[in-house]
Amino acid sequence: MNDGTHVQPIPTELLTINMGPAHPATHGTLRLQLQLDGETIVNCGAEIGYLHRGYEKQCENTFYQLVIPYAERLNYMGPVNNSNAWCHACEQLLGIDVPARAQALRVITSEMGRIIDHAVCMGTNLVDLGALTNFWYMYNYREKIYDLYEELTGARMMVNYPRIGGVSMDAPDGWFESLLKVVDEMAEAVGEVRALIQRNRIFMDRTVGVGVITKELAVSHSVTGPCLRAAGIPYDVRKTQPYWGYENYQFDVPTAENGDTYDRFMVRFAEMEQSVRIIKQAVAKIAPGPIMVEDHLVALPPKDKVYNTMEGLINHFKLIMHGIRPPKGEIYSATEGGCGELGFYIVSDGSPSAWRVRIRPPCFANYSLFPKIITGGMVADAVAALGSINVIAGELDR
Amino acid sequence: MTESDILAKVKARFGARVLAEYSFRGQSAVTVAPETLREILVFLRDDAETAFDWLMDVGGVDYLGYPDDDDREWRFEVAYQLYSMKLNHRFRVKVGVPDDSVEVPSVWDLWAIANWEEREVYDMYGIRFAGHPNLRRILCHDEFVGHALRKDYPINKRQKLSQPSEIILCEKVEWA
Repeated sequence: MNDGTHVQPIPTELLTINMGPAHPATHGTLRLQLQLDGETIVNCGAEIGYLHRGYEKQCENTFYQLVIPYAERLNYMGPVNNSNAWCHACEQLLGIDVPARAQALRVITSEMGRIIDHAVCMGTNLVDLGALTNFWYMYNYREKIYDLYEELTGARMMVNYPRIGGVSMDAPDGWFESLLKVVDEMAEAVGEVRALIQRNRIFMDRTVGVGVITKELAVSHSVTGPCLRAAGIPYDVRKTQPYWGYENYQFDVPTAENGDTYDRFMVRFAEMEQSVRIIKQAVAKIAPGPIMVEDHLVALPPKDKVYNTMEGLINHFKLIMHGIRPPKGEIYSATEGGCGELGFYIVSDGSPSAWRVRIRPPCFANYSLFPKIITGGMVADAVAALGSINVIAGELDR
Repeated sequence: MTESDILAKVKARFGARVLAEYSFRGQSAVTVAPETLREILVFLRDDAETAFDWLMDVGGVDYLGYPDDDDREWRFEVAYQLYSMKLNHRFRVKVGVPDDSVEVPSVWDLWAIANWEEREVYDMYGIRFAGHPNLRRILCHDEFVGHALRKDYPINKRQKLSQPSEIILCEKVEWA
């Protein structure tokens, strides 16, 4: 009999809930099924594929150069990084080198892409944690970088900038000066946001020790990018296997130790500063010169030749109608995207469209360990960890 | 080591069990049969000269109708992209799969990423992985019929899907 000195245990049961695929804190179409004991996650299942568009199938059925705009729909937070990477992979397959000025322009546009990718990631993640102010700081400068893209290419987000063998347009007059001004302001904004959160008690309570990716887990799951560097492994394709002359620029690979959400934030802040550093060096070093290779099997002829000479017109027609034909072969090409190693495995059969395009999206690997790192934590911690991994559904599901 | 040195080393170790070798633009690859796959991956991972501690990617290829390709004895290949963080080099191991009745041994216990990657290969090509704990479709819907990246799957084919997938929880979170 209960005499009032003992509290009878209340019968409880686990509660299974769905989070997503349309949940404001999942930033894309991700679905999680959580089994909860109170507010603690005891089991978790992740389902992906809600944004699957048959991307790889599409790549097999279209010309190499027509994949460039599709590629920007992979990680749409830093679009140019992907199209630059795709062109780089095709150039490796063709065995051609890009002129120095085009390489520098790719470096500059890619680093701009990395900055806005990180800006969106941190801005929205901080909104999830209840800090709205930082969001406006970050998005403000993202808009300015979009303005620069617009000046350079005519489009803001999906800019379709690079071409196989170079880039489509040279920088207009005064563009580099405005770029330097914007990145300086950006660096200042990064400093201000960092000052707001770095030693902020509320922020630290929400992020320190939350969603920890250990070194062992990171290696086993092939995690790359800021998530890996936050776990203490300084892997960056720009350093280990440099491309586009990254070896000529001075920059550091920022790392942290604990691999938690807080560390991922701090690594991204530091990376944005390094990107600004790279952009400044690239602008200082860039020299006049051609922006496309001189190879009539790859590069479209200049417009005055197309309109005024028969050879130019035929060349243009052949490239548009019959495409670029790499030799039979296969290549795996890796570059550093916004979220980590972005790899393209291309099998060519000698025709103008690839036999097989396999994309190694960094988010796929980074997200595959997500059920493991949130199990045992709270639901609110899962939201914090999800934003800091920066899962982009476009490249996760392809 | 360059990739051709790794290729020579693999050939010296595995001899005739290397069914095909491949070099192009400084990259090298070998193709092996499914029964050799785990042995060669463990060898490349544990040997001090190769030390491939990372499995960067797993992707299938369907060679149905590939031009001038009569001597290929298998229709599918699964390509494992390896990377060594210690020594900073890459290599590719491919496994030849004649048809979907042949199972490829799963490597998810060696690299946890292989869990999801193999699910994707299964989803897109119908290649089955023996020993995989949770071999379900990953990108396409449960009701989807066929395998979308096979060369005989028409690009314009549409399917009507109606039911949401109900339970996605696994018994253990490691299997998810």
